Amino acid sequence: MKSFQFAITLLLAATIAQPIYADQVQIAVASNFSKPLEEIAVKFKTETGHEAKISAGATGKLYAQIEHGAPFEIFISADSKTPKKLVDAQLALAESQFTYAVGKLALWSSQENRVDQNGEILKNADKFTHLAIANPKTAPYGAAAIEVLEKLGLLKTLEPKFVQGENITQTFDFVSTGNAELGFVAVSQIEKDKVLTNGGSVWFVPTDLYKPISQDAVLLNKGKDNKAAQALLDYLKTPDAQAIITSYGYALPQAEKTP
Amino acid sequence: MFTPSDWSAIGLTLKLATLTTLILLVLGTPLAWHLARTRAWWKAPLSAIVALPIVLPPTVIGFYLLVALGPKGVIGQWMLSLGLDTLPFTFSGLVVASVFYSLPFVVQPIQNAFESLDQRLLEAASTLRAHPLDVFFSVALPLARSGLLTATILGFAHTIGEFGVVLMIGGNIPDKTRVVSVQIYDHVEAMEYAQAHQLAALMLVFSFTILFMMYLINSRSHFMQKS
Amino acid sequence: MNNLHTRFHLTLKTFSLALDLHLPATGISAIFGVSGCGKTTFLRCIAGLEKAAQGYCAIGNTVWQDSSRHLFLSAHQREVGYVFQESCLFPHLSVKQNLHYGLRRSSKHPNANVLAPIIELLGIEHLLDRMPAKLSGGEKQRVAIARALAVIPRVLLMDEPLAALDLARRQEILPYLARLPHELQIPIVYVTHSPQEVTQLADYLVVLEAGQLKAAGRLEETLTNLESPLAVSRQASSIIQAHVSGHEAHYHLTLASFSGGVLSLPYQQQRTVGTPLRLRIYARDVSLSLQKPQQTSILNILHATIAGMIHDGEGRTMVRLRLGDSALLAHISYKSACELGLQVGMAVFAQIKATAIL
Repeated sequence: MKSFQFAITLLLAATIAQPIYADQVQIAVASNFSKPLEEIAVKFKTETGHEAKISAGATGKLYAQIEHGAPFEIFISADSKTPKKLVDAQLALAESQFTYAVGKLALWSSQENRVDQNGEILKNADKFTHLAIANPKTAPYGAAAIEVLEKLGLLKTLEPKFVQGENITQTFDFVSTGNAELGFVAVSQIEKDKVLTNGGSVWFVPTDLYKPISQDAVLLNKGKDNKAAQALLDYLKTPDAQAIITSYGYALPQAEKTP
Repeated sequence: MFTPSDWSAIGLTLKLATLTTLILLVLGTPLAWHLARTRAWWKAPLSAIVALPIVLPPTVIGFYLLVALGPKGVIGQWMLSLGLDTLPFTFSGLVVASVFYSLPFVVQPIQNAFESLDQRLLEAASTLRAHPLDVFFSVALPLARSGLLTATILGFAHTIGEFGVVLMIGGNIPDKTRVVSVQIYDHVEAMEYAQAHQLAALMLVFSFTILFMMYLINSRSHFMQKS
Repeated sequence: MNNLHTRFHLTLKTFSLALDLHLPATGISAIFGVSGCGKTTFLRCIAGLEKAAQGYCAIGNTVWQDSSRHLFLSAHQREVGYVFQESCLFPHLSVKQNLHYGLRRSSKHPNANVLAPIIELLGIEHLLDRMPAKLSGGEKQRVAIARALAVIPRVLLMDEPLAALDLARRQEILPYLARLPHELQIPIVYVTHSPQEVTQLADYLVVLEAGQLKAAGRLEETLTNLESPLAVSRQASSIIQAHVSGHEAHYHLTLASFSGGVLSLPYQQQRTVGTPLRLRIYARDVSLSLQKPQQTSILNILHATIAGMIHDGEGRTMVRLRLGDSALLAHISYKSACELGLQVGMAVFAQIKATAIL
């Protein structure tokens, strides 16, 4: 009889008691931030006991899924526009939106010594035939690249050399396969812990040449009552998480809080 | 109604689909003939390779073509060694990619037509002194004409509709590689819905028309054979 | 000379084909056997549509296959005409174009004159502009024969050309087939499983069973060969090649002579003296007697010698008789055979109840 009671107690503990100590949180994350997030999730679990379930995808696709009722509780976007759209559509909580990282733009070539440290190569248009950029209409990094070229006064001369990737990943593929000699990519794609993971040569574009590429996270309506969700958003702002974020080639938002 | 860049995309698309279909008919017909007749061990693996584009996601095909045709890839290096330019981001590159991508849509209907040919008609031709190539042109091809028609239309329509591969290989360059499907996508992503709708409607009407014609002609020729 | 010499060895799914055959240079050689005995395969080997690993095939002095010399001519290199069971006309070509298909490819100077007699022989003049889909089964088969002849073949190979047709269509086409050997100076190899067609058309008969040769020889001989399955069937019959030797107009009879004697036939007014006749006599219509029957209504009673006998173990006996150069089968009861004490070599009288002119 005693053992039966004990079993019941165990069962109850397993089914009812567990969520009190550790919750799960369903996260939708833009593909380019999935690796840092996984690393953060490991630390997050050891510190809070909460488990992060991560689904990665393109920002636009994830937006469409959330719009159609996908069970995500947090959305970690590759831009700030999409979280704003979710807030406007009343699918996310406005006060929860914040910039967790700022993307940095780089001019990269998979060949050594192709790109100089000051980006002078852009002024010698005869030295390359293709310049890869992400579609400026749709991708923030593409828009930033256009902004840079405009500021440098090179847009008109270089436009005929553009090859457009649909997104920043495809743009990276154009350059890494050597089909485009150089291209504007995200620093997070080519750098980890200050080392060029794919080799090649790079010009880190000075941040005063383009508006910050803010990447925002937001709490979705479905995660409103999940403590683990709020805990994760808070955790993204801790120095531990920020150290991981910067190690992947992102900058951190300026000290003043984003609205 | 359409912007100049829309017109340019339409023209480019038609040119791409026409060229691709012609090349596929020339290459695909002997390939289909071989696959329909051979009993060699390579029939199964070869058929599988031909069918791959049906199952592989277009972006995957696009990526591997980008790798293979690029300056670091096997084909790209071979072309460079011949003093040629590499294919990605060129119209020729689009043609090559489309030929590969639309291959099963041309080969399979022709192969089916060849396989359903009455074997004895081919034998009859050979007893009437026709050598094998002669049999192919004078009997097999004319009798497989509905398969050839289906192949032509499917190859053409599929090339017009393809998106992932051209985007990857083409690099979305206006007047060179920006075809209608990419143009529509651009319009949608940029929330230019009116222009997107117009182009999409054009594509829809066009695709419906040629598919409708294909079924119409095929059902006619079936009827003719039965009567 | 167009006599065929074939020797094939070929392993098939259920049996192996092993044949060494000489076929005459003219006339119809029927290859008879049940379905699946290898007769079509044999024909395909001659045409070069099938390749026997070990084989030899020659017509006259022209060798088409000799595996010992690694010689093998493909079908299109052999001067054959081939008629398939289901006509196999090209559906996308008109009758005329079908006829020209082979003609154009078989001679350097295609000449419409070649076609005229063939078109006439098969009576297809009025069909020339039609498409095959608009032809009846019998018409299709006649066109197919004409198409095979248009290539001026050295041998005409026919694979059960009547098998796909109904009785009426067969009757329509048989006269055309029967005329072929008289008009053509080439051998015709005719594959069939129908005893009817054999007796009506063949001059030479080859009997196959499971890929092996059971009997081969002149039709009259082979048909009555007690070794062959044809001679022991209920439909067993004999063929006698005779000619009209006179008429008895007032009795409404025609007399037909052959080496074994004279037969009275129903009046054949239109057949003049000397006309060759092919007569079929069913074995069940022949009875035997030791003495010449007197005062009988049966007209045809002929001298014969018993050449062989076979008992079926079910009360019936098949007796093979020799009448001059001809052979005749008589199907009698075993009891009669015993009571009459029939023995090979005995002289008997054959009473023939009915004779059919083919």
